[in-house]
Amino acid sequence: MSTNVLRVEDVTMQFGGVVAVDNLSLEVNEGEIVALIGPNGAGKTTAFNCITGVYEPTNGRVSFYGKELVESYPHGKIKKTYIGENAGRYTKRLVQTPDKITKEGIARTFQNIRLFSSMTVFENVLIAKHMRAKQNFLTATFRLNHAEEKRMREETMELLKMQHLDHLKDEIAGSLPYGIQRRLEIARALATNPKLLLLDEPAAGMNPQETLELAEFIRQIRDEYKLTIFIIEHHMDLVMQISDRLYVLDFGKLLAQGTPEEIQNDQRVIDAYLGVSEDA
Amino acid sequence: MKRRNVIICALLYLAAILAIIVLEKFLPPTHIALAVLKKGCIYSLVAVSMNLLNGFTGLFSLGQAGFMLIGAYTYAVLTIPVAERDSVYMYFDGGIIQFSVPVFVGLLAAGLLAALLAWLIGLPVLRLKSDYLAIATLGFAEIIRAFFQWDELGVITNGSNMLRKYPTFTTTLFPFLVCSACIAVIVLLIHSSYGRAFRAIRDDEIAAEAMGINLAKHKRLSFCISSFFAGVGGGLLAMYQTSIQAMTFKSAMTYEILLIVVIGGLGSVTGSCIASFLFIASSEWWLRFLDTEMTIGNFKVPLLRAGFRKVVFSVIIMVIVLFARKGIMGDHEFSIDGICSFFKNLGKKKEVKS
Amino acid sequence: MDFISKNLPYLLAGISVGGQYALIAIGYTMVYGILRLINFAHGDIFMVAALVTVYATTTLPLYVSIPLTLVVTVILGLAVERVAYKPLRSAPRMSVMISAIGVSYLLQNLALYVTGGLAQTYPAIPFISDTIQIGSATTKMVTIVTPILTIVLVFALMQLINHTKIGMGMRAAANDFETSRLMGIKVDNVISMTFLIGSFLAAVGSVLYFTNYASVVPTSGAMPGLKAFVAAVFGGIGSIPGAVIGAFIIGICENIIKGLGWTTFSDAFTFALLIVILIVKPTGLFGEGATDKV
Repeated sequence: MSTNVLRVEDVTMQFGGVVAVDNLSLEVNEGEIVALIGPNGAGKTTAFNCITGVYEPTNGRVSFYGKELVESYPHGKIKKTYIGENAGRYTKRLVQTPDKITKEGIARTFQNIRLFSSMTVFENVLIAKHMRAKQNFLTATFRLNHAEEKRMREETMELLKMQHLDHLKDEIAGSLPYGIQRRLEIARALATNPKLLLLDEPAAGMNPQETLELAEFIRQIRDEYKLTIFIIEHHMDLVMQISDRLYVLDFGKLLAQGTPEEIQNDQRVIDAYLGVSEDA
Repeated sequence: MKRRNVIICALLYLAAILAIIVLEKFLPPTHIALAVLKKGCIYSLVAVSMNLLNGFTGLFSLGQAGFMLIGAYTYAVLTIPVAERDSVYMYFDGGIIQFSVPVFVGLLAAGLLAALLAWLIGLPVLRLKSDYLAIATLGFAEIIRAFFQWDELGVITNGSNMLRKYPTFTTTLFPFLVCSACIAVIVLLIHSSYGRAFRAIRDDEIAAEAMGINLAKHKRLSFCISSFFAGVGGGLLAMYQTSIQAMTFKSAMTYEILLIVVIGGLGSVTGSCIASFLFIASSEWWLRFLDTEMTIGNFKVPLLRAGFRKVVFSVIIMVIVLFARKGIMGDHEFSIDGICSFFKNLGKKKEVKS
Repeated sequence: MDFISKNLPYLLAGISVGGQYALIAIGYTMVYGILRLINFAHGDIFMVAALVTVYATTTLPLYVSIPLTLVVTVILGLAVERVAYKPLRSAPRMSVMISAIGVSYLLQNLALYVTGGLAQTYPAIPFISDTIQIGSATTKMVTIVTPILTIVLVFALMQLINHTKIGMGMRAAANDFETSRLMGIKVDNVISMTFLIGSFLAAVGSVLYFTNYASVVPTSGAMPGLKAFVAAVFGGIGSIPGAVIGAFIIGICENIIKGLGWTTFSDAFTFALLIVILIVKPTGLFGEGATDKV
């Protein structure tokens, strides 16, 4: 069995009286492509936000390569109204801002593309190099970091070439066509040198042909960059085609897990997606 | 290409210095043009520093007057010659500070103290978003002003009385050189890796954070650097005015600078500079004729009397704010290449027409 | 008891000023609730209302000049909205805010031009300018009239908002601007109504406020305007009862501080209060939180 990359244990996210993610536990192993699927509003993106530090989970733990990233338990206002499970299991609070988590090696894309729209394609990718550069604002201002700056620019150029975006490098990101913006967002995430890549609905708004290309592209970047990929997706074709394993989420709860074949034949999943017919 | 631009810029800079020297030689020292140039330089610096925060980092702060006040007071308090202290601090037995420092140390201290205070204020307020940040920084500027007018602190700040008799400048070259050096540093910062990070935060905070940019650290950095230069600008303003009083650093001053930044274009350094000179020149010089009554032949021009200049001026500002929303420069910079391509495009358009 | 009798004048002044701030604060909070705009010009509209009263009373009797003030102020408020805010409806919020600052600058300079920079003596208005004796304190009638009038007006306003069609439009627009437009609500009318109410209350506030002060200068509106805005934020911007309670708290605190001999810090205190509330509870006392969707 290969190394465990991401482990989510008992994560619950409660907003007021609504439990968006309910006691979710899952694992992602090295080199895998794992998908998280589920109907709209099932809590998929919320789960991503808990992993990447955008939200502090109400309860539960997230660890990465065996190292704890996030841990929390019901406290403050939510303590009295908590309706999730495993209330007493976690007693520590470890909260990290998203940038720390990115630095640990988890990169992500967003459901609704979030590029730096007034900056060029090149700058969008270059930004990702900022966090690991050896510099401070004084050395950067007075150009004492020129070696670092040069290295950052070269690495960026190399990445753009590999992603076949180099001919667009001086274009303003916000003016690019939708499909290219999606690719740029993935390229930008890759530039942070991640070990785990979280993709939030990368095929949204794509036609079947583009989706097919995307599937190929995702496999390719996994192999080239030795990545582990965790993906939220609605396109069943894409998911069934590329993922090694799937988790199905419904109303915040884990409904099923397994290989694409197992999931395709799982009655509960079919019901959740298609609804139970009345005479069944 | 780039080399050529550097050379042209250097030549333009030298030409500007030369022009100032020539102007000073031939104009009487009290001529309004020189005053406009001096004040324009200082306002350029302050506007660019505000633009760094509002235009490049996307933090809508309205604390500029407060930081300028700190700069102005720090400079004045530290540089008043010991021999003059008794007469300045006449109600406070000469004050408790009985030393004085050279001009440049004073200006540096002005910036540093403003930056330090920005750091302290930033701890709580930088967590706030847009409007709330604006109103909280505005509030802090008012609190700072109240503190400097407090009589209990009079031994340092001279209470609500004036500070004067500190060293000032007579030549226009002094503010020009200091301000251009400071603006150059800001430009270098904006084009560095940190400047890119600031712009990323402006475009999309959440994405910037996902790219590993520490929001709190970078916002604080931008806030402190902006305040540093606002502080230096305040120090220079104190020198220009030859006497200062906390009362004058009201929020109206911040609004004025904000309007300059917006007229020049949020996110354009050259825009801020051009707008500063235009703003100062038209409010203090070019529109001055509107303030005096005038008769052409037997016809007495209506409306002209004291204060009309300001009305016309604010109408012009409103027109710019409403109809040229992006300001003079938008978020572009004034550059040699820009002018070249502008004229090329102009030529092309003409060709098409003919 | 000793404390109260000693501080009674300040407490009374606080309640009175609080009511006046409340009348201004409603204008801020309603506009912010719908347009998400800090109407920086609102304080200056308040100042213009006072100037109109000053000039009207020099030629006209009071029973004409006060209604005239109300009408002129309302027209001014509506005009400002039409000219300076409406064209920027689809612009970024910051542009509108800057436009508001521009209007404020314009109104102040206009007032400076008209008054020639001289402080204008505010007329004494019979009845509310009369002095009365409450306990150990001597004060003007306005001190008693203000809180009562404020509460009556706020009550009427709440009725309007909760029980009329235009009120429903306001609530809908405050909730979701775009959707209410899709639902066939004439958003422009709703906004005009909001500015009408806000300016009207500011004009009433100015009559009460300046009765306590001898004169009006072009910058007279800036500070009360800012404080009323702070009150609106304090109570939770968008909430009318919040703004009123916030205004009373700020008015009272400010005057008690004056009573303690810290006059220099009475303004600073208001802002300190603002910063504390923003940090502890950024949505104010009665405000509702909104979260960004990621």
